Amino acid sequence: MKTLVWVEHDGITVKDATLSAVTAAAKLGEVHLLVAGENVGGVADAAAKIAGVGTVHVADGALYAHALPENVAPLVVALMADHDAFVAPATTTGKNIAPRVAALLDVMQVSEVLSVVGPDTFTRPIYAGNAIATVKSSDAKKVLTIRGTAFEKAAAEGGSGTVEAVSAATDDAGVSRFVGSELAQSARPELTSAKIIVSGGRALGSGEAFHDLIEPLADKLGAAVGASRAAVDAGYVPNDYQVGQTGKIVAPEVYVAVGISGAIQHLAGMKDSKIIVAINKDEDAPIFQVADLGLVGDLFKIVPELTEKL
Amino acid sequence: MKVLVPVKRVLDYNVKPRVKADGSGVDLANVKMSMNPFDEIAVEEAIRLKEKGAATEIVAVSIGEQKAQETLRTALAMGADRAILVVADGPVEPLAVAKILKAIADEEQPGLVILGKQAIDDDNNQTGQMLAALTDWAQGTFASKVEVADGSVTVTREVDGGLETVSLTMPAIVTTDLRLNEPRYASLPNIMKAKSKPMAQKTPADFGVDTTPRVTTVSVAEPGKRQAGAKVADVDELVMKLKAMGVAK
Ligand SMILES: Cc1cc2nc3c(=O)[nH]c(=O)nc-3n(C[C@@H](O)[C@H](O)[C@H](O)COP(=O)(O)OP(=O)(O)OC[C@H]3O[C@@H](n4cnc5c(N)ncnc54)[C@H](O)[C@@H]3O)c2cc1C
Ligand SMILES: Cc1cc2nc3c(=O)[nH]c(=O)nc-3n(C[C@H](O)[C@H](O)[C@H](O)COP(=O)(O)OP(=O)(O)OC[C@H]3O[C@@H](n4cnc5c(N)ncnc54)[C@H](O)[C@@H]3O)c2cc1C
Repeated sequence: MKTLVWVEHDGITVKDATLSAVTAAAKLGEVHLLVAGENVGGVADAAAKIAGVGTVHVADGALYAHALPENVAPLVVALMADHDAFVAPATTTGKNIAPRVAALLDVMQVSEVLSVVGPDTFTRPIYAGNAIATVKSSDAKKVLTIRGTAFEKAAAEGGSGTVEAVSAATDDAGVSRFVGSELAQSARPELTSAKIIVSGGRALGSGEAFHDLIEPLADKLGAAVGASRAAVDAGYVPNDYQVGQTGKIVAPEVYVAVGISGAIQHLAGMKDSKIIVAINKDEDAPIFQVADLGLVGDLFKIVPELTEKL
Repeated sequence: MKVLVPVKRVLDYNVKPRVKADGSGVDLANVKMSMNPFDEIAVEEAIRLKEKGAATEIVAVSIGEQKAQETLRTALAMGADRAILVVADGPVEPLAVAKILKAIADEEQPGLVILGKQAIDDDNNQTGQMLAALTDWAQGTFASKVEVADGSVTVTREVDGGLETVSLTMPAIVTTDLRLNEPRYASLPNIMKAKSKPMAQKTPADFGVDTTPRVTTVSVAEPGKRQAGAKVADVDELVMKLKAMGVAK
């Protein structure tokens, strides 16, 4: 089987999510890549070094900048004439594009694949991960999004793919335009690739408390900062901090949940973490049912003391 | 401008899903069902557009069993003007839902279709994007802000790195994220009024759509369970344990 993997990038570097998608695609067969964007020659060269990849198709042009799905989906569809599966990481970009590709190909997508059981059989989470479905696709071509935490990352170096410009150029659909973005600037590791995450919940009560309590602890541990939906809704932290069923799915070595109750929607995003540490004043909080280490008490006392003693 | 809002009946988000003993699926017998939370946000957004004068009519659509009528009545009670129920027994997957919605969009000619970004049962996050592909319209997914002006809609999207804003030519497809709005509760008088609002009944065959699944469920299992660990007495013990685990130096 020939697979085409969507390379997630920021114009400069290949994002880690791509590497998990490559591992998943390799279970299906040959791995080829698509790099789409504007001035992405450097990204394509980097992508060609990913272990085990064949051709790196590069579509470079203003109409592919910002990965607008209206322009990118027809490009993928054109390349799919020569591939059997389209594999994208289940990032917001992958989720935006893959279903549009699937519908254009008249294929039913399989979302958030956790494992490849066979060429047409996959497992995926449903009901916020409270059930795992094994599903079988009868479509001739496959369209899959891959849950990053479920697959090892392919080696970013050691490969020798051939970079090839896409010849079958597509037109600008002309119905959508990128206006701008507000991307969080942070010296901390990204949530989805961090080894340690410190997350705060509603109990923090303010953005200042995040700044004064959660951030110093995260700095001490070299950790990324996450949050529950309640903390995001309340405006303590930006939306991209949200961990959970409808936020980011994470599986770090250590997840520290501070003042988070452990609603199923939150657990869905972090319960595959290796070690879970919970700090909560309510000894019956559901978070303790999944925590390896639990400490009952007031976070406003515990967190500064912990930061100090680490 | 007409706004089309597809709404799905799902297991209430407060109910803990239980996998059936025979592994055929999740047990939905005698459990509370509600409108998918993201679809409540979609209905609310449509109503706000109407209140602002940007929309003139709101049509709610559901594809599902007869009981999905309740979900549509909820949408009507919130403020939708009329409803279309497409009766289908058994699961209808996003591709087929999108094909039915495409046929309805052809008939209704909406300026916007507002869907939820994902249904909290199957968590597919596909239907809106698929509908956008089939209609060849622009899409603004995971919206946290929607502004309509002069034949275009500006959508602020929640993306992995933060926020992104796109401007789309209408008609267009929008899918909702959590921060778009806080949906209203239907008032009692409005619940009464909703009973007399029109609700059409159709079948997938009326739209020439074959709903035979392309992806079939082989089995459904419980995920691996985590064992709850130990509680520690104080910060010193926590630090000691973290050091023993190699987390802290
Ligand atoms: C145990 C189990 C077994 C299943 N087995 C099968 C199977 O064998 N074959 C199969 O095809 N499917 C199967 N399904 C899936 C089927 O029931 C889902 O309805 C379908 O996959 C829709 O996915 P989604 O709602 O997650 O879509 P999403 O793309 O997440 O939905 C996004 C949005 O689209 C709109 N929308 C989606 N569905 C509807 C609808 N019906 N009416 C109105 N608006 C809607 C809503 O606005 C919603 O917010 C199974 C599901 C479960 C839980
Ligand atoms: C459609 C939908 C999608 C959702 N998606 C997500 C998602 O992706 N991610 C997510 O997180 N949630 C999600 N939710 C929300 C989820 O249901 C919960 O509401 C949310 O996770 C609660 O956040 P919390 O734990 O911070 O707040 P709460 O549930 O209010 O918990 C606060 C906790 O802090 C403790 N506490 C209070 N004061 C102190 C103190 N001084 N010291 C120590 N502990 C203290 C309390 O005992 C309590 O356990 C979703 C909900 C819906 C309906």
